[in-house]
Amino acid sequence: MENSASELSSVERAMVQDIAAMLPAFERHRGNLIPILQAIQERHSYLSGAAMKMVAKHLGIGPGEVYGVATFYNQFRFQPPGRHRIKVCLGTACHVAGGEIILENFERKLSIKDGETTADREYSVERVVCVGCCALAPVALLDDDVLGRMLPSKVEGLFVQFEIERQRQEREKVARESGEQARD
Amino acid sequence: MNKQEIDARFVSIRREAERRAEHRKREAIPTIYIVMSTCGLASGAAETKHAFEEALSHKGIQARIVPVGCLGHCYAEPLVVIDHPASGFPPICYHQVSAGRARVLVGSYLEEGDPVLEYVLGAMERSDLIPSVMDFPRFSLEQRLVMEHCGHIDPDDIYQYIALGGYSALARVLASEPAEIIHLIETSGLRGRGGAGFPTGRKWSLARASETGGNIAICNADEGDPGAYVDRTILESNPHQLLEGLAICAYAVGATQAIVYVRAEYPLAVQTVKRAIRSAKELSLLGPGILGTPFDLEVSVFEGSGAFVCGEETALIRSIEGRRGMPQHRPPYPVEKGLWGRPTVVNNVKTLSSLPSIVQKGGSWFRAIGTASSPGTAVFSVVGNVRHPGLVEIAMGTSLRTLIFDVCGGIPNKKSFKAVQIGGPSGGCLPESFLDTPIDFDSLRQAGAMMGSGGMVVMDEDSCMVDVARYFLDFTQKESCGKCTFCRIGTRHLLNILDRITKGDGRKEDVELLATLSEDIKNGSLCGLGKTAPNPVLTSLRFFLDEYEAHIKEKRCPALKCRSLTAYYIDLEKCARGCEVCVGCCPVEAIFTTRGRKKGIDQKLCVKCGECLVACPREYDAVVKVSPPGLAPIIERPPDEEKSVGGQG
Repeated sequence: MENSASELSSVERAMVQDIAAMLPAFERHRGNLIPILQAIQERHSYLSGAAMKMVAKHLGIGPGEVYGVATFYNQFRFQPPGRHRIKVCLGTACHVAGGEIILENFERKLSIKDGETTADREYSVERVVCVGCCALAPVALLDDDVLGRMLPSKVEGLFVQFEIERQRQEREKVARESGEQARD
Repeated sequence: MNKQEIDARFVSIRREAERRAEHRKREAIPTIYIVMSTCGLASGAAETKHAFEEALSHKGIQARIVPVGCLGHCYAEPLVVIDHPASGFPPICYHQVSAGRARVLVGSYLEEGDPVLEYVLGAMERSDLIPSVMDFPRFSLEQRLVMEHCGHIDPDDIYQYIALGGYSALARVLASEPAEIIHLIETSGLRGRGGAGFPTGRKWSLARASETGGNIAICNADEGDPGAYVDRTILESNPHQLLEGLAICAYAVGATQAIVYVRAEYPLAVQTVKRAIRSAKELSLLGPGILGTPFDLEVSVFEGSGAFVCGEETALIRSIEGRRGMPQHRPPYPVEKGLWGRPTVVNNVKTLSSLPSIVQKGGSWFRAIGTASSPGTAVFSVVGNVRHPGLVEIAMGTSLRTLIFDVCGGIPNKKSFKAVQIGGPSGGCLPESFLDTPIDFDSLRQAGAMMGSGGMVVMDEDSCMVDVARYFLDFTQKESCGKCTFCRIGTRHLLNILDRITKGDGRKEDVELLATLSEDIKNGSLCGLGKTAPNPVLTSLRFFLDEYEAHIKEKRCPALKCRSLTAYYIDLEKCARGCEVCVGCCPVEAIFTTRGRKKGIDQKLCVKCGECLVACPREYDAVVKVSPPGLAPIIERPPDEEKSVGGQG
C-alpha cells in the first residue's frame, strides 16, 4: 500500500514537471485559460489541484477563478479516470431505447456510480450526452470503440471477455516469468 | 483591386482543380468511396476500408479508395459507393458494407464485373441497368443545398470542392462592395439556422453599422442538443463550404478575425476543420490578402468545453474570453459590443453554409425555395422510432407527415406513431394531430415546438411522454448556468415533480403546479435556455394530459415505460417446463424455478431491465409486462431445500 502511495506521488511529480514545461508556450492571456486546461487534460487525462494552481499563477489570476471556470464545463475531470473508460450515451434516442438500463448494468457490475472509478483504477463509468450514433441506440463506448445496440446481456458478455483477457495475460506473464527463470 | 485581377487569380486555382478532376477521370480505374464520418466509423467503416485495401492488394487490382463525409443515411451505414467505369454500370451505392461484403465486392464486382445486386441500395445516376437511388423517397424528396456535396467529396481535398464550383462565390464577393452583399442576403430572406430564426442580413447590417475597424465573425458549431448532429456532419463532410461562407460573412461585416467554435467532443470535426483552414490558407483563400485583395482574414478554431448554454451567443463569447459561459444582458448586443468588446457576428454552421449558393444563384432563387417567411431548406437529424433515421434536408414548408412517413419511412415494427419531439430540450412534443404542420420557424413556434438546432426524435406508442419530459428537464436542469434564480431553482423543482410522478408518488395538484412553475421560469429567465426549458413540459401537458393523470391518479404508466410503475411476471400457463433461457440472461438472478419446474420472478430483486422479455423464446412468449405493478400475480420463491429437491427430481 505504502509502495503505491509513493508511486502515485512520483506520477504527480512528473505531471507537475511536465505542466511547468508546457506552460511557457502559452501567452499570458486570459483567453488562453480554457485552451491551457484542455491541453493539460489531453496529456494527463484530468486536472489536479496542483495543475490548476500552476495555471492560475501563469495567468496571474486566482486559483478559485481557474477552478470556477474548469468546473463550469462538462469536459473537465478532477479525478484520474480508469484505464478503461466506459461511457454510456444518454442522448435522446438512447434514452428512448433504454440507455439508463445499460448504465445501471455497468454501475452494478463494477459497484461504482456514474462518474466514479473502480478502486483498482481499472474502469471508470460516465454518462455522455449524445455521441451522434443515434441510429445505433442505445450506444456505449469502451475507450474509443463504439458499441451499438447495447443490451444488458451484452454488458455481461463484455465483462466475461475482460475476465478471459485478464486470465490470458496472467497466464502469459507466468509463462514468460517461468521461461526467464529457466534461462537463468 | 478590380474584378479581373481577382478572377484571374481564382481561375488559375480553379483550372488546377479541374485538371486534377480530369486526371482522375482519365485514369479509368475503379474508385471506392467509403463514408468515414463519425457515424460511419461507429458502424465499422474503418474495418470495411481495411478489408477493401487487403482484398485489392491480395488480388492485385488497381483501385482508388476515397474516404468521404456523411451522406446522411445512417440506417444504411457503412455506406460505400463504387464507381467502376469499365464495367459499364453507373456508380453504385452499397449499404451495410461489412468487411465480409467488402471482400465479396472486390472479388465479384471489381474482378468479375458482377455488381452483386443483393447489396445494392441504388445507382447514383439514372440508367436502365440498376434502379437509381433517386427512385426512393428517402433521396428524391430531399432538397439538398447545405448538404449538397456532403458524402460526395473528400473533405480533406480542397480541390474536389473547388472543382464543383467551391470558393467561386467568395471570389465574386471580393469584387463587390460589402453593402451589396448585405443587401443580397437581406433580399434572400435567409434566417439564422441556430434556432431562433433572426434575419441574417439584418444582423450583418447592424454589425457593419458599428464597425470599429476590427470586427469578429464567429461560426457557432457548439451543437449541444442531445440527439442533433447536423453541424458535426457538415464540419466533417464539407468544411470548405462553411469556411467559404464564413469568409463571405467576414467580408460583408468588416471582420478581420474569424473563429470556428466547435465542441471538443467532436474530435474528428475539430481536426477536419483545422486541416481545411490550413489548405485554404495555402491557396490564399483565407489568411492575409485573400486572392491578392487587401482583405485579411485570420481564422482559428476554438474548442468548446461542453456546456449546452454556450450555444447562446453571449455565453459563447464569454467562454472564448476564458470565463464561465454565462449569458449576458442584451443590449448591448454582440453586433455592437461582443468578443473583447469588439462588434461580433455569431452565425450558425447551416446559416454560413447556405451563403455560397445564395451568392452564386441569387437572392430570388433562394426565396423561391421554402415558404415566404422562411425561405430555404431545413436540415434535421431524424432519429428514434423511424425506419430510415439519419440526416434529412428538405425545403421549408414540408409537412411533418411527409418528413416522417414519406422521407424517413414511418414507424417500424408495426407500432403506431405517438409524438415527435422537435428542437431538443428547448422544443416540444407534437402529437399526431399536428403532423400536417408545415416545417418552418413560425408554424413550429405556433404549435409550441421550435426549429431548434435540428434535432427530431420520433416516438412510437411505447414512449412515455412524462418520462420524455422528465428526461429533458434532467438535461436542462444540469445545464442551467445558475445565473437566474428561476432557471436554476425552478428547473430543479420541475424535475423533482416529474421525478415523483414517474415514480408513482405524484400528487393531484402537481399538474397545476407544473404549469404555473413553467410559466414563471419562462418569464424569469434571461436567456433562451431558461425561456425554453419548460417547453417539453408545457407541450406534453397540453397534448398528453391523460398520461400525466394516469401516472398520478392510477399509478399507471400507459406506455409501460416508467420502471417504478411497471412489473414483469411470467405467465405460468405459457412458461415451458425446464426452459432456462430467462434465468441465464437475468443480470441480478431474480428468476427462480417454481415447484412445477416453471419460472417465477422475484419482484424484490427484479431491476426491470426487460432482458427476460426479449430472451423468452417466441413460441412461449411467457413474460408479461404490466402497469401498475400490483397487477402482477405473486409467485412465491420456494424455500431453498425444496428447490434442490425439485432439481434432483
